[in-house]
Amino acid sequence: MDSVRSDRDGTRSRIPVALKILIAGGFGAGKTTMVGSVSEIRPLQTEEVLTGVEGADDTSGVEGKRTTTVTMDFGRITITDDLQLYLFGTPGQDRFWFLWDELSQGALGAIVLADTRRLADCFPSIDYFEQRGTPFVVAVNCFDTERRFGSEAIARALDLDPDVPVVEFDAREPLAARNVLIELVEYVARRQLLAAGSR
Amino acid sequence: MPVDPLRAPHDWLDHDAGPVVRPYAMTQGRVAPSGCEFDLVAFVVATMANAAPSPSLQPEHHAIVGAAWEPTPIVELASKLDLSLGVVRVLLGDLRSAGLISLYEPPAASQPHDVDVLKAVVNGLRAL
Repeated sequence: MDSVRSDRDGTRSRIPVALKILIAGGFGAGKTTMVGSVSEIRPLQTEEVLTGVEGADDTSGVEGKRTTTVTMDFGRITITDDLQLYLFGTPGQDRFWFLWDELSQGALGAIVLADTRRLADCFPSIDYFEQRGTPFVVAVNCFDTERRFGSEAIARALDLDPDVPVVEFDAREPLAARNVLIELVEYVARRQLLAAGSR
Repeated sequence: MPVDPLRAPHDWLDHDAGPVVRPYAMTQGRVAPSGCEFDLVAFVVATMANAAPSPSLQPEHHAIVGAAWEPTPIVELASKLDLSLGVVRVLLGDLRSAGLISLYEPPAASQPHDVDVLKAVVNGLRAL
């Protein structure tokens, strides 16, 4: 595999560093909204109309949702010319699990979106990242109309390890979504430093 | 949704209908690239600005070479060219065999992320 940087003509850019962050969570939890609210480019959305037949999702609590993401959303945040962050919204349904392994390969970490109306929807994502040892934070997507439960109660309900950050935010707000990303990257850095210290 | 007047509207076909050509028709039915799997964020760089016409190259091959003059990750190519990721991978395998592109994989997955890089990411995000 080539590993040298391209400088044959000196006019083209060098190869940047690209980091992957996954946005996971149950169906309708706000993954597409979050990727769209913080990224530079329009997410690669392939949405399919829900037909209500053959293994369709249970949409109770999210009746307004008519389409579901069938491939992945992705967005880019350019930190510097040499450093780019890619956000991938993981496909929300069980039949797309096969994509997760590829997405999580080498990923920096994951954000698990939780919807308090259907908290159990994020269990599979949490199980998945815990098993793979992928660092993750839980972000509770708070819509205006809902009552808030407090992040401690949610951490308890999800039976999380005590060091896993839980934050409440509004996925539609770019700044709030950005703060969740910062929370994740800082958490990954803390874990890395701890691991280095215990070596 | 605004209608492009240059494109004749059809009652029977619109954007929602999806691609007219089935994706893997472009790859002669091949679903896996020759050689290894490519990471989603592996960067592609064309070794020349334009590939010479050749019977083995399809328009999509040429489009990739044209789009990858600047280092471009695979996902961006798929998005820009409106091709499925799997199709892009197969075409990239062809192009690499033909020496028309170089691929730069991200560092190995097992390697921990550099804390300095993480700090740079946090600072960059704060500045947004």
